[in-house]
This record gives sequence, C-alpha cells and structure tokens, in this order.
Amino acid sequence: MTPAAILRAGFRDQNPGLVQLLGLCPLLAVSTSLGSGLGLGLATLAVLIASNGLVSLVGRSLPAEIRIAVFVLLIAALVTAVELALAAWLPGLHAALGIFLPLIVTNCLVLARAEAFASRQPAGDALLDGFAMGGGFLVVLVALGSVREVLGRGSLGGDLHLLLGSGGPTSGLHLFNGQHGFLLALLPPGAFILLGLGLAWRQSCQATAAASSAGTGVTSGMPGEAAS
Amino acid sequence: MAGNPERPARRTARAAIVLAAAAIAAFGLVAVVHEATRERIAATARARELARFDQVLGGLPHDNDLLADTLTLRDPELLGTTEAVTAYRARFHGQPVAVVLEFGATDGYSGSIRLLLAVAPDGTVLGVRTVSHHETPGLGDFIDAGKSDWMQRFSGKSLGNPAAARWRVRKDGGEFDQYTGATITSRAVVGAIGRTLQLFARHRDELLAAPATIRP
Repeated sequence: MTPAAILRAGFRDQNPGLVQLLGLCPLLAVSTSLGSGLGLGLATLAVLIASNGLVSLVGRSLPAEIRIAVFVLLIAALVTAVELALAAWLPGLHAALGIFLPLIVTNCLVLARAEAFASRQPAGDALLDGFAMGGGFLVVLVALGSVREVLGRGSLGGDLHLLLGSGGPTSGLHLFNGQHGFLLALLPPGAFILLGLGLAWRQSCQATAAASSAGTGVTSGMPGEAAS
Repeated sequence: MAGNPERPARRTARAAIVLAAAAIAAFGLVAVVHEATRERIAATARARELARFDQVLGGLPHDNDLLADTLTLRDPELLGTTEAVTAYRARFHGQPVAVVLEFGATDGYSGSIRLLLAVAPDGTVLGVRTVSHHETPGLGDFIDAGKSDWMQRFSGKSLGNPAAARWRVRKDGGEFDQYTGATITSRAVVGAIGRTLQLFARHRDELLAAPATIRP
C-alpha cells in the first residue's frame, strides 16, 4: 500500500469511528467535551502507533497460536505505560478520563490494527497505519466532543486546561449559559444520536462520490461489526 | 498455519517460551515506567490533595501538614452509614484553626457524593466543595464549584445558624433552597453537611485536641 492510501484509509475510507465502528464504547462515553475527546484521542493515537510499530517488528516471527496473546500483552503494557505517564504529568486529564484510559486495552481498534495490518506489514507502513487510524479516531472523537460540548454546555474547549496545564486558557470559548444547554447531548443517548447523524453524513458523502465516479472508486463497505 | 513440520510437543514448548519472553518484556516495560513516574505521581497526588484543602479553607493560614494530622471518625447512628469520615486538622503555631472533614453523601441520585467541608473551631462552616460525584450532567452537577455557586451558600453557616432541625432543603421545611430540578441531590448534600456538623459538635474536643498523634 502506498502511504497516501494508508492515510486515506485511516482518515476516510476505513475510519474507525465512522466506518469500522471500532472502539464505540470510549468514543461515546468520553466525547462529552472537546478537551476529554482530544485527550483520549491522543492517548489512543500514542498507543496505536507504538503497538503497531512493535507488532510489526515481532508479529511475523510469532507462532500462530499465541500471536493474539502476545499482542494483548504488548498493548496492555503500552496502555499501562501511557496511563502512568498521564498520571504523572497530566493528572487533571488522567482524572477526567478515568476508567476509559486503562480501557484503551479493550479498544478493538488497537488489536484489530495489530492483527489485521501491522503483523503483516513493514514497520514504516505499520507506524503510518497507526498514525492514520489513531488520527481518524481522534478526529471523530474531537468532532463529537466539540458538538456535544457546544450543544450541552454552551462552551467549547472549557476543559482544555486539563491538557494544556495551568498556562492554557482557563475557560475556553463561552457561547451561551450552560444552564440552557441541550442536556440530551451530554447523555449517552445523545452520543448515539449524534454519532448516527455522523454515520448518515458519511454514507451520503460516499453515495455522492460513488454516483459521480460511476462506481470505480474503492468501496469501503458497510460497517461490518459493531464492537465496543 | 498448516504445513509446519515441527512435532506438536516442540511447537507447544516453543510457543510457551515465546509467550513467557513476551510477558517478561511487557512486565519490564511497565516496571521501568512505573519506577520513572512513581515519585512524580505521589507528588502530584499530594499537591492535588493540598490544593483541595486550600479551596475549602479559603487561604486560611496554617503551618502543619494536614495529610499527616488526621483522625478517622465513625458514627453509624448519626450518619446513617458505616462509612468513615476523615478529619484533617489545620493548625497555626500549634493552635487548631480549622478541621477539614471528608465524607460521602450516600443518598444522592446516583452513587456517593464525596464532599470536603472545612469547619472553624467554633463550628462555623468555612467552605464546602464536591470532591467527586456521579450525578446527572446538567442537572445534578450544580454541586461542582465550576458549574454553579450553589455550594457557597453554606459558608458562614453553623449548627445554630440555622438550627440543626432546619438543615434541610426548603421543600422539607428547611432553610436551604433546593436546586431546581435536582431536589434529591440538594437534599443529600444539605443533609450530609448538617449531619457532619453534628458529628463535629459531638467530637469537637477530640478533633481539636492539641498533640497530633502519629498514626501508623
């Protein structure tokens, strides 16, 4: 695969959030604000790049029976390392993400990329795939988080100081009084509805593109599995 | 997967060795990171605790280590829970200036609401802050200091002002306005603060006792 194709797959054609529907549980649970979405997105991105890189180095030499077990071990160790690092340097963000940080281990996206892509590809491609898939996930998390924060709280980036430290902006952009926010947007049903709208938008874009290119483009297919 | 000439036993042994090696490598990585971050994590946790104390104490000067000067109280009969209340004592030049009590309000809408309450030696509330809660976002999260100033209404109050029986929300015949749409949360918080003030009154001498006993 060419680097451009890998990037296209991660950010668009095989986007983890909008096409593969991998990692929905953290996606829906954490995307209540721009800050926490960005935080979890960056943590997942870091884990994905590192795990893809390591898996690509050791993947082919592993006996088939234990391949997945070794991947899980590697991913768990990397996630623990990221979690400890966040607890040490960004304790506010660590507290805001709570259980969803260690749960990156169970994000199907990480194991899926290790097994389906990184274990069969050279390290360079695997790293790029980790960046593209993690980046695609991050974009969806940030978009969903921004929309939910604006609708639900009337602010944007209100908890970015968790990421940037005390030197960053303390209150973010204030659009209207959070008292009059659309509460549903912050609750899990609102997350599902907004993600559904995102999926519909993605499908309509794809349909338009397919119609204009008369079906010669690469079809990314329907979401095959809905996993958490 | 198929067509490997190795004998099954050898194959299994090889897989076991590789898996063990991977486990050791993963363990090593975690151990190194843990060691590298341990002191920093402890220091940040400590700084967070102290910052929380400063918020309820409102900058009241004190010169002792609150985290090392603690007392644990239990009073199931008064509090209605066996959960312990932790008291951190603030002193200045050896004199008690405030007691910070950490406790939970268990009858909220969703799980325990952890609260931090600073009380002056005469029983006056210096400040109240929510440490953690699972109340509904947008409805019950007015108890967060960043979301609304509802919690500030307790500062300056004490058990005589209003009287113990009036430490309820207005709906229940008490002194404090419930937050619209979140009576259960308001009731839980007001009730827990009132009961903890009674606990403070009961154990006042013990809480203000001069020598800080070093506890294991």
